[in-house]
Amino acid sequence: MRAPVPVLKSDELPIRSSSDVVVVRQLVRTRAIEAAFSLVDQTRIVTAASELARNTLEYGGGGRARIDVIREGVRTGLRITFEDKGPGIANLELALTDGYTTGRGLGLGLGGARRLMNDFQIESKPGEGTRVVVVRWH
Amino acid sequence: MDRIPILKMGPFLLVTIQVDMHDRLAMTLQDDLTSRIADTGARGVLIDISALEMVDSFIGRMIANIAGMARILDAHTVVTGMQPSVAITLVELGLSLPGVRTALNVERGMSLLQSFLDDSDPLVEEPSPVDEGAGAGPEE
Repeated sequence: MRAPVPVLKSDELPIRSSSDVVVVRQLVRTRAIEAAFSLVDQTRIVTAASELARNTLEYGGGGRARIDVIREGVRTGLRITFEDKGPGIANLELALTDGYTTGRGLGLGLGGARRLMNDFQIESKPGEGTRVVVVRWH
Repeated sequence: MDRIPILKMGPFLLVTIQVDMHDRLAMTLQDDLTSRIADTGARGVLIDISALEMVDSFIGRMIANIAGMARILDAHTVVTGMQPSVAITLVELGLSLPGVRTALNVERGMSLLQSFLDDSDPLVEEPSPVDEGAGAGPEE
């Protein structure tokens, strides 16, 4: 675990329905604009957040998202943490493979989110839940 | 429950997505559009997404589904106005929307649909080649 970085702003949102996913997207967009990310970066971050929030809802049975604006040296980052207490992921490597899904989706969510963000961290214990932390820096 | 309006214009259906769609709204649009194609016998569908700031895999799949279902119902689909940042993100995400025709704006999208209509349908009442040949010569 890295040393904690200063958090400039932090919000926590529930993810219980598909409209909550929209609310997460909108707050992520607002924070990305405030942190002066470029339009393409804003779009990358919002899209990754949308994929991960949907995973929390569909596979984790709901959970929450925490959106932090962080500072490390001279760079600013947007860090988003998704947590659920769902069934967990038995095979993380497989879950990260493009095209693999146990649900109705395209299987692009996790792998796609990893490509769209700079840092990607996932922890999951079968029966206990899943936690995904992503950061985009600029 | 909210819905995205579908406009009929001649043989085409037009949809402009102007809201940040939640997943159920996207599913409703997919169902509504498919029924409208069948009901109206529309030959083309134009979906303008110039107001969309994000297309994730769910919305991307919805667009691909609409195009696929429309094709089976003998209609073409054109997606117009995708913002460059959305296009970049979509490809990085891993979605390239194969089989979905795109155009830069509504105007070009409409002419693309019109061109599909022009060269696809031998049953449409058009002058037969013989008539065309006979009538084409300039009058003295």
